[in-house]
Formats: sequence, C-alpha cells, structure tokens
Amino acid sequence: MKKYANNGFYAYLRRDLRLSHRRLGEAASPLIFFVMVTTLVPLGITPDPASLSVMASGIIWVFALLATMLSANGLFSGDYQDGSLEQLLISPQVLVMPVLGKITAHWLVVGLPLTIVSPLLGLMLSLPEAGYLPLMASLALGTACLSLLGAVGAALTVSLQKGGILLALVVMPLYMPVIIFGGATVQYGIDGLAWTGPLAILGAMLAATVALCPLAIAGVLRLTSIN
Amino acid sequence: MNWAWFYRLGSPLWFYQMTTRWLPWLSLLAFVLLSAGLIWGLGFAPQDARQGNSFRIIYLHVPASFLALAGYFLMAAAGAIGLIWRIKLSYMVMKSAAPIGAALTFLALFTGAVWGKPTWGSYWVWDARITSMLILLFLYFGVLALQYAFDNEEAGNKASAVLALVGTVNIPIIYKSVDWWFTLHQPSTIKLTSAPSMHPDMFQPLLVMILGFYCFYFVSLCLFTRVEILRRERKTAWVGELAARSSNVVEEGKQ
Amino acid sequence: MGNPSLVTIENLRFERDDTTVVSCDQLCLDVGDILQIEGPNGSGKTTLLRLLTTALQPLEGSILYCGKSIAECRLEYLSDILFIGHQSAVKLTLTAEENLAWMAPSGLDFSSVLKALESLGLAGYTDIPCYKLSAGQQRRVALARLLVSDARIWYLDEPFTAIDRDGVKLLERCMKEHVSSGGAVVVSTHQNLDVQGVRHYPVLGGSSLRACP
Repeated sequence: MKKYANNGFYAYLRRDLRLSHRRLGEAASPLIFFVMVTTLVPLGITPDPASLSVMASGIIWVFALLATMLSANGLFSGDYQDGSLEQLLISPQVLVMPVLGKITAHWLVVGLPLTIVSPLLGLMLSLPEAGYLPLMASLALGTACLSLLGAVGAALTVSLQKGGILLALVVMPLYMPVIIFGGATVQYGIDGLAWTGPLAILGAMLAATVALCPLAIAGVLRLTSIN
Repeated sequence: MNWAWFYRLGSPLWFYQMTTRWLPWLSLLAFVLLSAGLIWGLGFAPQDARQGNSFRIIYLHVPASFLALAGYFLMAAAGAIGLIWRIKLSYMVMKSAAPIGAALTFLALFTGAVWGKPTWGSYWVWDARITSMLILLFLYFGVLALQYAFDNEEAGNKASAVLALVGTVNIPIIYKSVDWWFTLHQPSTIKLTSAPSMHPDMFQPLLVMILGFYCFYFVSLCLFTRVEILRRERKTAWVGELAARSSNVVEEGKQ
Repeated sequence: MGNPSLVTIENLRFERDDTTVVSCDQLCLDVGDILQIEGPNGSGKTTLLRLLTTALQPLEGSILYCGKSIAECRLEYLSDILFIGHQSAVKLTLTAEENLAWMAPSGLDFSSVLKALESLGLAGYTDIPCYKLSAGQQRRVALARLLVSDARIWYLDEPFTAIDRDGVKLLERCMKEHVSSGGAVVVSTHQNLDVQGVRHYPVLGGSSLRACP
C-alpha cells in the first residue's frame, strides 16, 4: 500500500510545530495571557502577601486552565477552513495518530511553556516555597489532560461559527476533576502532606485521556465536520 | 431473529399514535401520585427531630435530583441508540430529554438552596452534592447549546449525542472528585442530603413522590417528543391529515 | 468484459435535512474514463464526490472498488485516490514547496517537487509563503499535486476556478495523460472540456439516473 508524506504521528507533530513557529506571535499569546491575567489578581483583590499566598496555587491553576481552553479552538479550525481537515479524513491512515500528533504539538506550544513559566507567577503571588515543585509537576501532567479534553471540545465545535464560546461551555465540566486534583497537589505540598497522591491521580487521568480522547475525536470529526 | 419490532419502535408515527392512547392515563397516574405524595409528605408525615418542618423540602428535592441524574443517562442512551442504529426517533427523544433534565436539575438546586437557608443559615453552601448537581447543570447546558448551534440538524444531533456520552463517562469521575474535594476541605460537616436512615413514616411519602416524578418525567418527555415529531415530519401525509382534521374541528367549534 | 469496473456505485442514497440530495442507481468508472459530472448549483455534485471519497457516509447503497466494497478495502482504496475540492488545502504560512511535499508520496525527492511547481508556472515563487501568492497561484500549488501523485483515480471538484486559459489547457493535458496511462478522472465542472471521449453524467438533485450502458 502506498505511503504518503503526511502519514502518522510525527508528520503531524512536525507540521503543527512548524506552523506555530511561522506564527510565533499567535503561538505565544496563551502564555502572555497567562502572565498578564495573573497580574490582575493583586490589582483586583489585594497585594497583601499573606492573603495572596493562600490563594496562589488556585489562581495559577485557574488561569492555566483558561489559557489552555482559549487556545484549544485553533486545533482544528484552521484545518477545517482551508480544507486540510477533509484531506486528513480521506487520507489512508487511522486518524488516532495524526490527532495525537496535533494535540502533542498543542501541548508543546501551550502547556509546556505555561508549566515552565509558572514558578515566576508563583513568585509574583507569594506562593509558599513548598508549593513550587508540586505546582510544576501538577501543571505538566494537568495541562496535557486539558489539551486532550480541549481537543474533544474543539472537534465538536469545529464547524460552528462562534465555536470558541461554545467550546468553553462544553469543555468546562470535563475540566473540573483535573483542576480539583491539580490544585490539591499543590495544596498538599504546601501543607506538608504527600502530594504525590493527588499527582498520581492526575497521572491516571492523563493515561485515561490519552487512551480515550483521540478515539472520541476521530469519531466526532468523521461524524460532524463534513456535511 | 425477527427485529421488526425493534425497528417499529423507531417509527415516529407509531410513537405518536401510541402516546395519543396512553398519555392521558399516564398523566392521570402522575397527577394522583404527585398530589398524594405532596399532601402526605407536607401535611401528615412526622416532624424531623433536628430540622423541624423545613426538612419537608426533600419531598421535592430528592425526586428532582434522582430524575436529573437518571434523565442525563436516558438522554445519553437515546443518543447512543441514535448513533449506533441511526434511528431518528431516538435523536428526537434525546433532544426532548435535555431541557426537561436541565429544568429538573435547576429545581433540585433551587430546592436545595431553600433547604439550606433554615438549616445552614445561607442559601448556598459548597457541599459535595450541590456542587455535583451544579456541574450536572453545566453538562446539560453544554448538550443543549451544542444541539441548537448547528445549522445542519443531523450533525447537531450526532455532536450532542457524542457529548452526552462523554458526559456520562465523566459523571462518576466528577462526582467522586467533588466528593473527595469536599472532604478535603470540610471533613467534619454532615452531608446535606443524608442517607435514608429515615423513619418509614417519612420515607413512604418520599417513595410516592419519586414514583410520581418518574411518571411526570415520562409524560413531559412524551409531550416534548410529540411536538418534535410533528415538527420533523411536517411534510408527511399523516401530519397533514392531522392538521386538516384539527382545523376542521376548530371550524366546527367556531360555528 | 469480465473485469469489474474500477469504481462502481450501486443504489446510492444520501439525505440532508430529510430531502434526498443524491440518488444514484448505478454508475461505473473504468480505466481510461473521464467522467464529467454536470448540473446546476446545489444539485449535489460536491456531495456525490464526497460520497465517493468516503468523506460522507451514504444512507444506503454501496460503492465498490475493483469489485470489492470499499468498507472492506478502505485503506487500499484511499491510497489510490486523490481529491481536490473547492478549498485548496494549502497552508498559507507554509511555502509552495512545503505544501506540495506534504501532499506527495513519501520519499519523493525534492527536485520532482520543484519541477512540478515550475511546470505550473510557479518558478521563482516556490520558496515564499503562500499568503504572498495570488488566489490563482495558490490554486496552482494545489493542482501541482496532480503531477507528483501516483493515485489511480482523480476526483476533482470544480478544478478550473481561478485558473487562466493556459492553466486550463495544462490541466486538460494532465487529465489526458493520466487516463491514457491507466488512470481515471471524475471531474465536476461547468466548462466544456476539450478532451476526447468525455462521458457526461448530469446530476439533477435527487433524481435517479443510470450512467452505465
């Protein structure tokens, strides 16, 4: 059977990374949003370090979630508009791997930078010292889950005009368990408890989403994107 | 095996005719059960030792929450049947189940808030059950919004069916997570909707109300589905005849 | 004539919003055929092509590839076809070379990619991002795929839009060469093709027509 250059996980991973690289400004916006919006908290609530340190872990987690969610729309909409999605659907390959490649590219461009920048935000919000490592660990695993779940929402809303808002509405309930355990990981770390416990649950969520989301996404794209 | 009966179940016309015959009886049953349950529970069941008379709201709150959750699973099942066997009637049922389930979830939240005020001093408490119920409401909103956002009805039905199924898989995860989160933050608080270690005199009217709510749910579901059938099949002959007959009745009524 | 046709359609039906959009009792495509699908706007031409490429699923009926149902030999069928639709599938931030290399068979050497783009009049424009090209040039990047692909069956949906006269002649020549070397083409277009032996298949939005002798 013939093989084409656009076959498989790595092909789509490389292509999406290259596309992000060409539009570096757009690719960096979730990260910039994340940093800027965290500045709103001391402005809007209080700059008092004692109060900030109580809420810091939750604030960082919530804004990481929002940044990931807002960027999820771009996963499939560009491809849908220029016809690349249709070409993907009729290409001689199983859809799961290309989809996973695209989502991995999304995480590398959004989730990973958020994780790396989070200690800086921890500093700005007076996060207690014990919280830094659990924060990065939970964000690393959690943002991957969020990318996968966000991709399901993106697939469901790909052919809609105002897909962005609807994506947020659709994907929010699915995000809630992730943030519960993500925030708990950091909180456990700050309180001196074993934060590897909730982290392990995050890991389990990641395993489940990696296994199930690409299948769901492939099905949704086949059923609803072309009509 | 003769699957004809299964496919007959998928005929909108058959559903419409069947409900025309049985719905009046089911509605009567629902009315009887609900009135009996309400009068018994609100008027005659004994007072609670701790909460006094305010506990009586459970006669609305508990059945509503049961049905909110059961309704979501029914909606997801209808969606799954529509996806697998491509039965249009199944999608119509799913579409009807969404607003009813959302309304019941809202009723559960509202009655929960009403219960919270005399018991806890505030209308809203982030208790595990109420938070889970709120997330269920958001799940319903997602399915509703997705359904009506698509221009192409087929694609909209399929998308909401998949979302309902994704939500179904997530409901146990969400409930467990919220439960765990709640005990993390408020370990010593008593649950708002405590397990039914209730005196039978309080429990029996509750059962009646639950049954009544189930009947009410099915009546509403059938009514909504009938409207959806008429809308979808408006170009067929039998709907045309139905419309002609009812306008004749109106004409005669005027004379 | 014992050999089965390349592609056979049997009793295909497709509905959208409860109206029949495509209804095709029988259609055969053989090696060496150029089948032109004609019809007014909105008569279901694109839908028929999408059913043939499996982008859409029919309500009933089947499509056979060399006698076997495409449900059974799906990947094999898809690796033998090529579809160019209304949208070019050209990524505007990538260059023409990158776009063509993406759609080409794997392992194709770079010079073939360049040659294909040059023979479509894009010499000197191959290494700039496609958003700097005109609409007609972007369309040519999409059509350059025809020169590097080894697919047997071409499904082309209105390929002549935004193409000038030279481009039209070039495209017609490509089609002729393709069918004479063992391929087949299904093209939906309003234009009169200046090619010998074109079979016409009028689509009238839902009515049944036979297109086999």
